[in-house]
Parts: sequence; C-alpha cells; structure tokens
Amino acid sequence: MSFINYLSREINCKIVYYGPGLCGKTTNLQYIYNKTNPDAKGKMISLATETERTLFFDFLPLALGEIRGFKTRFHLYTVPGQVFYDASRKLILKGVDGVVFVADSQIARMEANIESMENLRTNLAEQGYSLDRLPYVVQYNKRDMPSIAPEEELKNLLNPNGVPDFGAVATTGEGVFDTLKAIAKLVLTELKRGSGATGGNQASR
Amino acid sequence: MSSPQMVMYEEEFHEIQGIVDRLVRDANAQVVFIIDKNGQLIAAAGDTDQIDTTSLASLTAGNIAATGGIAKLLRENEFTTQFHEGERANIHIQLVGNRVILVVIFDNKTSLGLVRLRVKKSSEELNRIFEALLAKVQDPNQETPFAEITDDDIDNLFND
Repeated sequence: MSFINYLSREINCKIVYYGPGLCGKTTNLQYIYNKTNPDAKGKMISLATETERTLFFDFLPLALGEIRGFKTRFHLYTVPGQVFYDASRKLILKGVDGVVFVADSQIARMEANIESMENLRTNLAEQGYSLDRLPYVVQYNKRDMPSIAPEEELKNLLNPNGVPDFGAVATTGEGVFDTLKAIAKLVLTELKRGSGATGGNQASR
Repeated sequence: MSSPQMVMYEEEFHEIQGIVDRLVRDANAQVVFIIDKNGQLIAAAGDTDQIDTTSLASLTAGNIAATGGIAKLLRENEFTTQFHEGERANIHIQLVGNRVILVVIFDNKTSLGLVRLRVKKSSEELNRIFEALLAKVQDPNQETPFAEITDDDIDNLFND
C-alpha cells in the first residue's frame, strides 16, 4: 500500500518487477539505477547468491518529482524468478501498488513466462489482490536475442487484457524507462481514482 | 492479507516522534526507527546520519516478512521479537501490533535487558497511536491529497 506522509509531504509507492528466472528484472533495475541522477535515487540493494541470482529481492528507491507539493517516491523491488523461491515471492508482493511483468521473449522461455504469470495471479490472490484491478504493465524483454517470438504472439499469450506493454532490451536500456513511466503513471492514476481504496483493500475486508 | 493504506498526519507524527526520541534516551540506544511492514520509514531518532535509513527500512521489513513466513510454516502467529548481536552494534527488532516495526540499534553502553524493558513500554504506547491512526485513515470523510490531482499533473511529472 502506498504511504502518504502529510508532514514531509511525500507519497511513497511500491512497484514489483515479476517474471521468470533470468528474464531481466534485476537488469531493469540496474539500468534505471545507472541512468538516474544521484539526487533522485538511493542505494540499490541486491540480495543475491554468489552466482548473482536474486535470492530474496533487489530494492531501488527512486524519487520522480513533485505533484501539487507532494514528493513522489517509488520503491522498486524485484522478486527471485526461480520457481523454488515461491515463498519469498509471496512476501515481496505484500503491500504492492503496481506490478511490471517482465517476460523473456525467447521461444524457449514461453512456458516459463506462462508459468510465472499464473504464479503471479495465484500469489496476488493469496494477498487479496487481483491482477485485473491492480496497476499492471507487461514488458517483452530480450528483443535482441536470436530466437524470439513475435510481439503479437507474446501479446496473445501474456497480455489478453491489453494493458500497456513494451518491447525491451534491458541490457541496453531500450524500453526500460517507458515501462517504468507507464507503471508509475498507472499507480498515481489509481491513487487519484480510488483515493487509496484499491482492489486489494476492498478484498481484504 | 493486504492492509489498508498508511497515512501519517502531523499530530500523530509528533506523538510517535516523541516516543522514539524518549526511547533513544531511556534505553541509551544509538538509533531508533519505526518502519511499516511494507518497508516505509515512518520515524527515526538518534544518530541517524551514519545510516542509510531507506535501505535499513526495506531490509528490516524483508527480514520481518521472512520471519513471518517461517512462523506461518511452524503454525505460529508471528515471531514478534528478533535480536542480532554483533561485535560492536546490536539490533533489537520488535513487531508492534502486527503493523509496524520498532528497531533499536545499540552498543555496549547499554544492555539488552534495559532495551527490552523500554521497548515493551514504548510498544504499548505506539500500538495505541497506530490503532487510532488506522481508524482515522479508514474514515471515508478524510480528505486525501489525490482528490485534487489532475491527469495533467501526473503527465507533467514525466515531461523531461
């Protein structure tokens, strides 16, 4: 859930990057970290294994600017993508305001994408959220790889509801900020519309 | 379960800040933090200049979430207290009202016993404040800063 502080005039929101193992969630955050003005970011934290696989989460605090005198701050998190870290993934979804699903465009990873998407739906439902009511965007990453599925096919499989989606190459930054801006906009629009009463809220009562 | 939105108003903030300021003194601690379970820093007191408070808040919330996950596996409700002992610094983490986290960092100028005693008293006071705050937030008549925000305001945020 977002956190509004009237005293420091800040709005804090939580965005989670979700997706199968090695799809590029951490790479998205690293690119954002490297390209952001030092004043606008905090330290990036990666709780990773020795082989640089995400073990628990990555965390990047980001300031986007002011709206009507309120500073907007976004806390970006990634989940560990590997299937057996499901218990950790559930924890990171707690209090989420918006989700970015990072899909791996490679044909060989199509099954992993679908499995991860289903896992996202299940884990959100456990927390009382629904993906259909939560601010949510999709990124088709690794568009530079040789054996990739056409975007149309990825859309059909992973984005039947037609939420905002973007092709991306996270290693070079292509599509990374487009994705971030889209989710940040949706989160703020949702806060404005519901004035805090999002789907997750209602479902929990 | 998902929890309602956290909102901090001036009046409650000053009450909370008063409690953490006092806890730093009474427990003879270095730093005291209050963090919500989603990793947002709510209040801090003591020698905070040397610490990356945003990172600490996020990691502590992750820690509490992981411990809560373990508790669930063991069919425990929650493990409400954690203590980590280092060579120079120690950290005492207390879950308050299953909603916020009270963190005390201290060195050998004080004792774990004293910290626990003072934390217990502060927790009770904090719990009362946060319960009242929660009731206030859920009041549908409360104003929110979002009501006046326009789509243009949001778009302008992204114009470089």
